Amino acid sequence: MNGSRAATLTTTWRLAAFRTEGLPIFPIAILTVLAVLAIFADVIAPHDPQVGLLGERFRPPAWQQGGSTAHLLGTDHVGRDVLSRLIFGARVSMVVGFTAVIFAGVVGTVLGILAGYLGGWVDQVIMRITDAWLALPALTFAIFLAAIVGPSEMNIVIILGAVYWTRYARVVRGEVLSLKERDYVRLAIVAGCSKRTIMRRHILPNVVNSAIVLATLMLGVVIVTEAALSFLGVGVPPPKPAWGLMLADGKKGLMAGYWWLTVLPGVCIMLMVLSANLLGDWLRVKLDPQLRQL
Amino acid sequence: MKRFVVRRVGYALLSLVVLSATIFVFVRLTGDPSVLLVEPGASKADIDAIRTDLGLDRPLLVQYALFVKGLLRADFGRSFYYRTPVLELYLERLPNSLLLALVAMAFSLAIGIPSGILAAVRVNGWWDGAGKVFALLGLSMPSFWVGLLLILFFSVYLGWLPSSGSGTPWHVLMPAFALGWYFAAAHMRLTRSSMLEVLGSEYIKLARLKGLPEALVICKHAFKNALIPVLTLAGINLVLMVNVAVVVETVFAWPGVGRLLYEGIAFRDFPVVQTTVILGGVMIVVVNLAVDLMYAVIDPRIRYER
Repeated sequence: MNGSRAATLTTTWRLAAFRTEGLPIFPIAILTVLAVLAIFADVIAPHDPQVGLLGERFRPPAWQQGGSTAHLLGTDHVGRDVLSRLIFGARVSMVVGFTAVIFAGVVGTVLGILAGYLGGWVDQVIMRITDAWLALPALTFAIFLAAIVGPSEMNIVIILGAVYWTRYARVVRGEVLSLKERDYVRLAIVAGCSKRTIMRRHILPNVVNSAIVLATLMLGVVIVTEAALSFLGVGVPPPKPAWGLMLADGKKGLMAGYWWLTVLPGVCIMLMVLSANLLGDWLRVKLDPQLRQL
Repeated sequence: MKRFVVRRVGYALLSLVVLSATIFVFVRLTGDPSVLLVEPGASKADIDAIRTDLGLDRPLLVQYALFVKGLLRADFGRSFYYRTPVLELYLERLPNSLLLALVAMAFSLAIGIPSGILAAVRVNGWWDGAGKVFALLGLSMPSFWVGLLLILFFSVYLGWLPSSGSGTPWHVLMPAFALGWYFAAAHMRLTRSSMLEVLGSEYIKLARLKGLPEALVICKHAFKNALIPVLTLAGINLVLMVNVAVVVETVFAWPGVGRLLYEGIAFRDFPVVQTTVILGGVMIVVVNLAVDLMYAVIDPRIRYER
């Protein structure tokens, strides 16, 4: 009884330490590996991710019967190498995820600062739009936009930015409202700084932390949304190797039990989102003690 | 109270106006909306007919007025594919979506509430740690992937459950679990924090001082009050579930509103896509309004805010 209790305590202590002290090793390691894979995909991937041999269709992974070391993780319904597609898929997810998060972050932060600092009708207009857009279910809204502009990687980034900037605007505006009552901002006004200067030099640096924390947490959401859009056929256009698209293709072999086409891309998505969430939680505690309550 | 209601309803109406304006502007942003609103492969005459019908040669404000007038008369246009009014299609599918959402909600509460209570009662203990891991996994595994894994396991390997379609009670199990999975994590987190808050309050201390058994304190006194915010969130989430089920419904070919949206994309049936988005937004605005008003009735402090 005593022993098991002690063991329990150490495990939880370790879990807690993992999340608050030092660098979170697991998420950083995963994200680094994925980043390296994404950057050097051309060198690392053993095969061309977009060209397959029809004679090599539905090969299982190397360790199963019928698999070969030529295709370590097997092949898909048109004989493309799964491992190579997963590696290039990391590039698509990373590029789309990061650019969309940054795009949404810049738009949302700028509008949040303008709304919070200027107040009045600017605030009213920006916040009413923010409220209304927040009411739209994100995925449905994204699908609607994708149906209008058509699928492409560039469009996906713009769509995700358009859907998710509202969350930054909300948080940033709230912070600005309290920041602008601080003494140093008042002093800057007395010193004759223009509104532009105050917003850029005094407000912006103080909201950047929250924006970065939010961006890290949003990264996971954005990647899942991209995967869902690609899965539905309105995201990254085929034959590009996106993980969501691979899952959609994998459905063709699902009933025949070709598990690797469904399990592997999903594991990649999960690892990336999990890492982003863990990193975001850790950053939240580190960078912004105020947010700890949330 | 009256002033609060008027103001809150006013905000909701304003939200709806901004919503409709957003949809209106985006449809026209790409240039010529008649291309979107007319069937693919339609003749020049058809496109011209749509153009005059929508008044695309008239000023934008007049066009917007016409658009809103259509919405107010619940005229959402006709589906290209089914050749029936979109609203009829939508209402036809809605009961299926609600059924799916209700079962998914049952799953998510059945998992989320007990694990949340356990985590709160044994705070920082093993259960709490396990709960944290579970919540992280819930947030990190996309629902449609969970769905695909369920099919792989229960339909392909074990052959216990049907992989897609609807009709029997068995059909609803897997899509509902996949959909409820993500929400279970959210409900667990809220149950935990709400429970912790209640357990720290004075009346719980009193109940303990009175010498009530711990089980009674937790189950009867704490649980009931901790449940209020969780059930509120569940109410909002139920509406959200109807609207985020697109991918899960596509995976399981479940004939709900989400599946309708997917068909709308697949068949380039733009009126269907547009209607699903608008009605989804309207539903959420209305539910948020209802929750706010309900809270104002329960808690008078909210009425006099600001």
